[in-house]
Amino acid sequence: MGKTIHIRRGYDIRLVGGAEKTLQEAPSSDLFAVKPSDFPAITPKLLVQPGDEVLAGQALFYDKDRPNVRFPAPVSGEVTEIVRGEKRRILEVRILPDREVRYAEFPKADLARLDRATVIQQLLDSGCWQYLRQRPFSIIADPVDVPKAIFVSGFDSAPLAPDWGFALASERENLQAGLRVLNILANGHLHVGIREQGEGLTEADLGDAVAPENVHRFRGPHPAGNVGIQIHHIDPIQPGEKVWTVNVQDVVIIGRLFREGRFRADRVLSFTGSCVHQPRYVRVRTGQRMSDIVGGQLNSDHCRIIQGNVLTGKTSSADDFVSFYTNQITVIPEGDKPEFLGWLLPGFHKLSLSRTYFSWLWPKRSYNLDTNTHGEERAFVMSGEYEKVLPMNILPTYLLKAILARDVERMEQLGIYEVAEEDLALCEFVCTSKIPVQRILAEGLEYMRKEG
Amino acid sequence: MKFLQDFFDKVRPNFQKGGKYERLYPAFEALETFAFTPPHTTHDGVHVRDSIDLKRTMFTVIIAMIPTLLFGMWNVGYQHYQAYGMEMSHWDCFVFGFWKVLPIIVVSYAAGLGVEFLFSVLKGHSVSEGYLVSGLLIPLTMPVTVPLWMVALGAVFCTLIGKEIFGGTGMNFMNPALLARAFLFFAFPAYMSGDIWTDLSPEAGRALVDGYSGATNLVTFDENFRNLPSPSDMFWGFEQGSIGETSVAACLIGALILVGTGVGSWRIMLSCVLGALFMGYLFNLLAPASMPNHAMHTPGYYHLLMGSFAFGTVYMATDPVSAAHTEKGKWYYGFFIGALTVILRVFNPAYPEAVMLSILLMNVFAPVIDHLVVEQHIKSRLKKSKLSRA
Repeated sequence: MGKTIHIRRGYDIRLVGGAEKTLQEAPSSDLFAVKPSDFPAITPKLLVQPGDEVLAGQALFYDKDRPNVRFPAPVSGEVTEIVRGEKRRILEVRILPDREVRYAEFPKADLARLDRATVIQQLLDSGCWQYLRQRPFSIIADPVDVPKAIFVSGFDSAPLAPDWGFALASERENLQAGLRVLNILANGHLHVGIREQGEGLTEADLGDAVAPENVHRFRGPHPAGNVGIQIHHIDPIQPGEKVWTVNVQDVVIIGRLFREGRFRADRVLSFTGSCVHQPRYVRVRTGQRMSDIVGGQLNSDHCRIIQGNVLTGKTSSADDFVSFYTNQITVIPEGDKPEFLGWLLPGFHKLSLSRTYFSWLWPKRSYNLDTNTHGEERAFVMSGEYEKVLPMNILPTYLLKAILARDVERMEQLGIYEVAEEDLALCEFVCTSKIPVQRILAEGLEYMRKEG
Repeated sequence: MKFLQDFFDKVRPNFQKGGKYERLYPAFEALETFAFTPPHTTHDGVHVRDSIDLKRTMFTVIIAMIPTLLFGMWNVGYQHYQAYGMEMSHWDCFVFGFWKVLPIIVVSYAAGLGVEFLFSVLKGHSVSEGYLVSGLLIPLTMPVTVPLWMVALGAVFCTLIGKEIFGGTGMNFMNPALLARAFLFFAFPAYMSGDIWTDLSPEAGRALVDGYSGATNLVTFDENFRNLPSPSDMFWGFEQGSIGETSVAACLIGALILVGTGVGSWRIMLSCVLGALFMGYLFNLLAPASMPNHAMHTPGYYHLLMGSFAFGTVYMATDPVSAAHTEKGKWYYGFFIGALTVILRVFNPAYPEAVMLSILLMNVFAPVIDHLVVEQHIKSRLKKSKLSRA
């Protein structure tokens, strides 16, 4: 065990509507769908057509550029519809589920004897490969690469995020199996970040699946739980290097695959936010209809349903489907009401990191934030704001300007390979000029991926 | 406020695409968002936003300027009655100053915002809040006797040359208000230096007191620093000068507000002070013993109290757009401002307003400082990566 890494810069946005520590099963759905748009930077090619019967774990489509990266059906049933959008882009592959799920069977592994090639093959065959993400760019990893290391963050520090210690309490064996598999994949270079104290996985959860010197303790505010921040402090990505990351919940799914020989895509989500009657944890299936979870549970019609947290999540709706990577559903009020002289009033209830509103007098208060932007977009004016919430040796403003100028060399020098959108989300939150930081960064990452 | 909302709702179609006054939309938008925080919601990226925006930021700066403004108003009256040897109450002093200063402020805002609105309509961008601050900074840096047409000219210059030709707030590289001040200073020296610091409108049956001098302490300083007002007078601001610059105490209150709210950079303020003290005391050490009245003998801390050092440091140097943007760069930027100010004051009697020139000069150099800091940052990143590979 290394020494504790103390993250000093950052900020915990305190929101009302935290999940109570009770776990409920979501009702089973009458319709499932897999959305290619959940997966970053792929071009889907279909393997099924309406009328086909599929098993859970059977591939529905694959990535045109890497045909062995496939995307599985989370349930068994009949493919009923391929929903397409503009230019015939595939939006959803809809499945009418069987009453009893039938699984595609994969070999149950003896974890002690697994080798790397077998692991890769089974992950590819089962469609679980897409859970491996590569940095730089935060895209799906390439099976032919050998990463420098694999990183897993054992806690989520985002607002209202799930406590993995609670959510995965019954999955400890699957978790450890998944970690063992990843350790094989990483040739022993698997690193896990845990919180020194508080929510998240503990050393007991990890067992002996991870080498003790590769378990790193963190202390400090969000984004301490972001894997990108942890990589930066454990072993930063150098130009030319690749590392992989896996979300801890997906480690569990990988663990199940190797222990049970099945792709069983249950997920535990924290169902949170001020618009939720009873914020709590729910066990869902990937691809399930959102209405099964949110239906009748909201205390207002005028709210935004988000898959993910309020900083990085995607806007969703009751008609949407649970995505492959969702760990959290947050529902907050829409803030589309004008406020008279809003910028002039003392603002005792307005959250701001600056102390320009008097809410700073109550530092421990939780807020019911809505989606209002609190002002219009402007040119960069303030300086030094982003640095306060980005615990990395990176100059965020200059990185963003290099992106806007499409200056490849500069972006490289300023560390674009180390960051993903989520790492700069707090910068966007605090920005006085309301600059779309994550969008700019996404454009920059895409540009570098194609041109760099 | 329902009626106001209804009003905006009613007239909005006229300004929107296809409406009668479509081209005036930025002006309409500016007024509407002034009255009502817009109902915009986040659409991609973060779903919640910090409550701060540029309006609030600028408003906070204005609040921070209020102490200097109020004190300035009082001091205008105080200096006036002093010149005539009249004992008047504080209230009378304030009222006198109030009526002298108010027109300057009104003209400054009217002229500057006029240009700002015009540009936003012509170029179709939204009206930026930057001028809310510049519009008050300009009057505070003027002598009270300044003709109103000059204020208007300065305000127009400030928005036009200081900002809009670069693309508006955030794109300029010099502090617009200070640029306007410098422009007036060099274009109309007769109005900006000499015996212009006190309003000498006649008082019935009174004549100026014997020995009245209209010189600011910087002029005195050039002649012989030993004749300067006492440090405590300079600190509190019982002296002649531009409307807002005289009181260091009022500037300190402003500094507290700016630093406390996080709007103004404490790094810049502190490093300005350190730079001035460093240079001031260095000169004390180097001062020729044979010339006991040489300006180099001025006690170092006097430089913090004299002229507009405090005002410039707190309100001008900290302008986030024209200052250095990197945290490290801010230290250099501020230090050089302080040091340069003292050098100019001591060695160049032609321009006693050294703070203004130092800040403008460092505004020009701020991008260079930032560039060097960024290069250094890149080098250190590179070095680290080589180390870890070795």
